Order: sequence, then C-alpha cells, then structure tokens
Amino acid sequence: MAQKPKRVELQPWQDPKAKPYIHLEGVSKEFNGTIAVDSVTLSIFQGEFFSLLGPSGCGKTTLLRMLAGFEMPSRGKIYIDGVDVTRRPAYDRPVNMMFQSYALFPHMTVEQNVAFGLKQERISKAEIKDRVREGLKLVQMERYETRRPHQLSGGQRQRVALARSLVKRPKLLLLDEPLAALDKRLREQTQFELVSIQEEVGITFILVTHDQEEAMTMSTRLGIMDHGRLRQIGTPNEIYEYPNSEYVADFIGSINKFEGRVIENEADHILVESEEAGCELYVSHSSEAPQGAQVKVAIRPEKVMIATSPPDQKRNSTKGIVRDIGYLGDVSIYHVELESGKIVLATQPNLVRLAERLVSWDEEVYLFWRAENSIVLTA
Amino acid sequence: MRGRLIKLQRVLLSPFWAVLVPYVWLLFFFLIPFLIVLKISFSDLRLGLPPYGPLMEWVEEGILIIRLNLTNYSFIGTDALYLFTYLESLMIAVIGTLGCLLIGYPMAYGIAKAGPPLRTVLLMMVILPFWTSFLLRVYAWIGILSPHGFLNLILMKIGLISSPLTLLDTTFATVLGIIYCYLPFMILPLFASLEKIDHTLVEAAYDLGAKPFQAFLRVIWPLSLPGVAAGSMLVLIPAVGEFVIPELLGGSQTLMIGKVLWNEFFTNRDWPVASALAVIMLIFLVLPITIFQRIQERQVRFLDAD
Repeated sequence: MAQKPKRVELQPWQDPKAKPYIHLEGVSKEFNGTIAVDSVTLSIFQGEFFSLLGPSGCGKTTLLRMLAGFEMPSRGKIYIDGVDVTRRPAYDRPVNMMFQSYALFPHMTVEQNVAFGLKQERISKAEIKDRVREGLKLVQMERYETRRPHQLSGGQRQRVALARSLVKRPKLLLLDEPLAALDKRLREQTQFELVSIQEEVGITFILVTHDQEEAMTMSTRLGIMDHGRLRQIGTPNEIYEYPNSEYVADFIGSINKFEGRVIENEADHILVESEEAGCELYVSHSSEAPQGAQVKVAIRPEKVMIATSPPDQKRNSTKGIVRDIGYLGDVSIYHVELESGKIVLATQPNLVRLAERLVSWDEEVYLFWRAENSIVLTA
Repeated sequence: MRGRLIKLQRVLLSPFWAVLVPYVWLLFFFLIPFLIVLKISFSDLRLGLPPYGPLMEWVEEGILIIRLNLTNYSFIGTDALYLFTYLESLMIAVIGTLGCLLIGYPMAYGIAKAGPPLRTVLLMMVILPFWTSFLLRVYAWIGILSPHGFLNLILMKIGLISSPLTLLDTTFATVLGIIYCYLPFMILPLFASLEKIDHTLVEAAYDLGAKPFQAFLRVIWPLSLPGVAAGSMLVLIPAVGEFVIPELLGGSQTLMIGKVLWNEFFTNRDWPVASALAVIMLIFLVLPITIFQRIQERQVRFLDAD
C-alpha cells in the first residue's frame, strides 16, 4: 500500500527518546478464572493509527474496553498522556469510543446525538452548536442534523457515530470494528476516509478489527493478538514481510511453509535442508535457531517465481506439477505439487491477456525465489 | 371452479379473522355493555324490575317517542358531592400511580439488570401475590393497619409512638392499598421496556462523559417512557374506579367514585344516576388514555424502526 510521505516520516517508535502517549504496562484481565487479556505491554505514540488485529475471542475487544474504562484490568496499569487512568471510570477519561453497533441514541436527532458529549462539559450553547456543525461537516453529514438514527443508512450512522466521538476532542479515539456493519464497497471507501479524517484531526486512533486487509490499509502500526497475548507489533510492512511466528505469518495473507533442519547458521545467512521442499533453502538473514534445529522456512506466494526451464540457481529452487490455476483477474494463483506431495502456492500478475499464458495444467514447472524473500520461523 | 376454490380458501385463511377476534370481543364485552349503560343513564327512574323506564315508546300507530332524560346528568352536575368525589378519586389514583412508579421503577430496573436465573425468580415474586385472592390481601392490610394492628404494635414497641395512630379508614390507607395491589401492573411493563434498552447505549453515555445519574436521566429514562406510560395507565385507569380498596381500607372518610356508584346502584337503587356516573367516569378516563396512546405511538415510531 502506497502511503503518503507524511505517514512514513511519522515513526516515533523508532526513536528511543520518544515518549509514548498511551502506555499499557502488563495489563491483564480475568473473567471468572479465564484469562481474556494476558499481560499486555504496549506503547502507542501521539497521532498514531494503531490496529489490534486478531480472531474473535483473542481479547482485543476486552483490551479496548479496558482503555475505554468499561472494564477494569485485573493487573497492570494504563497511562494516557503520562497520567495513570487505570482506575478511572469511563466518564472521567479523555477517551472516546466508536461502538461496533454505533450506539446512537434512538430518541435523539443527529444533532442531539453529536451534542450529547458536549452538553456534559461546561460549554456555552453557541460553542456547542459550532462544534456540532464542525463535527458533522467533517463527516459530511451537516444536512442530516434533524434526522433520527432510524432514518439513516448504515454508512450515515457510522459517520454520525464518528462525529459524536470526535467533537469531544479526545486524546484517544477507540474504534471497535467500525466498518464491520458496512458492505464491502462502502467499507473500502470508508477506510480511506477514516485515515484522512484521522490525519486531519490528529487524534490518536486505536482500532480493533478481525479484518487483516482493514488493519493493513489503515494503520501506522498493528498488533497481532492471540489468546489474550500480543504476538507481534509492527508496521503493516514489517508484519507482512517479517512475521515473527507461524501464527502471525498464517494470520496475515497466505504463505508457503517448508519444514526443514538447520545445517548452517552464519551471521549473514542460514541454510536449511528440507525434504519437503526438495532443495536446500538459503535464507539471507540470521536466526537464533541453532544448528540441527527443526525450523520452518516461509515464502509468500507472490515471491515464488515460475519458469518452464530450470533457473541457474541450485538453492531455493525446486520443481513440481501444476495442479490448479485460479484466475483472480489481476493475478493468477498456481497450485504446484512438489515431488514430496507438498502443494506450493505461487501468484503471477496477469500482465498479458490470456493469449500468452505462461504455463498450463499438469505441466512441469520450476519454482524459485530470492534468498532475501524467505524467512525462518522458529515459533 | 378451481380458481373459485382457491379464492374461498384465501378468504378463509386470511389474517383478517385473527384480527377480527379482539374486535368481536370488544364489541360484545365493551361496546354493547357501554351502550346499555348509556341507555340507562338517559332513562327515568322507576320502581320495579328493571328499575328504569324505556327510552322509546310507541304512543300510537306510527308515532315513536324517544325520551332522553337529562336530569340524571344535571343532578350530578348540581350536587357538588359528585364533582368532589370525581376529583378525589382522580387524586387518589394519581397519587397511587406515582407511588407505584416510585417503588416500581427501581424494582423493575433491578430485575432488568439481574442475571437470567435470578431475573426469573424475581419476576415470579412480582407475580406471586396474584396467587392469593385479591380480597384476602386487602383484608390482611386491615390486620396490619387497625389501631391494635401489627404496624401500631411494632411502632409502640420500639417507642416511636405512645398511643396507636389512626391508620385504617383513612385516605392514606386507600392510597397504600392501591399502591400495594397495583404494583405488579406497574413493574411488568416497566421491566419489559427497561429490559429492551441496549446496554451499549448506556456505555456510550458514560463514554461521552455522562455520570451514572446523568446517563439515567438522558438515556435510560427517556427510553423507558413507553413502559412508564403503559404501567401508569394500567394502574391509573382501574384505580380511579376502584371499589374494594376504599370500601375496606378507606372507611367513610374516603369518597371514591366506585363507592358512590355502588351506593347508587345497590343502596338507592337509582340505576339511571349510577349509569350517568359511570358514563362520566369513562369520559374522564378517555382523556388520559388518548394521551397515553399519543406517547406510545410517538415512541414506537423510533424505537421499533430498526
């Protein structure tokens, strides 16, 4: 995903001196003996768009609810802008939440809904009116002031909910699956709108989602959760290119994995012998895996190249028979069966029209990839 | 032929019949009795059976005389006692309704917030008094409120009072009886509407900075108004015409329209005046019912829109 230069520059997590804006210190939550969130430590910086990604039941929503103040952590501390808010109730936190169901008040108009939070503060009527209008303008809903929630479409409700939580000018905005209720087209469009609104208001966003595409598209960084634990934190790029575990690798996109044994481990490379792959696997980065250890070498389908004649490399090169070809429009996905019986996925962009198809069903092909494109997974 | 059969089948199976049942019920058990009462209220008092005269009479061939005796109504209008009784009935019923609301709302809220197993038990307990005869339960209050009753004994034992208070045969006792007897009718509709409120709306209110009490005032209370309206009508309407409770607990001090009606019917055997009283009472009640309908329609429009 091409990103605006502005966002690439914004990498405070690279700077060891940068002070985190939101900080969770060993936060855990137990419900009647079951652990929903397990000692999560996480720092989020001002202006970030951070996503918590994971399957349902992984604890991401519980973590979000603890940030909002609806649940109190069983252990650990939560700091917002340097202030310990761990024990503060929801109404006393500089945090607002956009609910999955939007939770618009059915007995109030759009205007009253957006003004709700402002009326809790000591603000003059005129200023409330201005800020409500400003908020509705931000989400392009200024013409719907007098409507009631049931007179709005799903996308419009989502906008009102966003305006309602933004007019409070919180230090942190939490979004709980904000796009789950929208259809695919509207969702994609709204993803970009959310990002540009976030850049405009400059508020730190934390988003919870189970949709990896959503998380990858919108976030500056994301955290992958599983069974209450944060498995990996990183930029979309880092998470996709360098997953630190099999779990993360599988969760984001599809990936080919070869089992093998480490036969050489040097500072600049690692060599893995793999019967499954039918060749020696050379990975151009080091790993803590000791010699002789069983590891998995992973490679993304789009990085596997297909050729009909043998490539001039011995390592990272194998052959197999094309079993299936999936035409996806922009790319085709090839299912290639190796001699070991392992099925490898390889995608090729469809740069030319069908006329010049590279390979066909039941054809023998060579698969190869560059050493820097594969990674060693130990966990 | 076949087409006609299908048409017949369609008519026989149409939902129209299901809708018709309540209307037939209302026709036989509300509208017709009301018309009879209305008719009696315009007739003359007579000694005999029935104790009223006919409205229509054939005086001679081809001439039908319809006599509408309006004196029953004008009599009620001239005697201030009746107006006073109406107002007192309404006042007692309103106070009783407010009492039910004050006690019933927290109870209904508590039940709605309770977990599923406890909730069922609590709801059962609300309905439990219905298993005992209404009359017996009112009698039991005589035992509690009488000068040597349970309540006075306790108050004197703990030294709060030195001589028994007059609790029985007062308007206070009547209001108490109404609150006690009608409380379940308030709690059940309140519970139904409170239980429907989406808890995330309350969380959203907290999230937007509302403290629990403000969240209650601005979100829970307005969303429970249909329940408040339904419960209040279910208590107010029968309470206005209540007879047993003021008769047993209110003594001679409390004048309620139900008691006056009873007296006119059975003691004075003046059916026309009693009927006129009943008609006026109905008109008195139509007003709150209409208001109630309005509120409910408005609420239903946006609550059930999703």
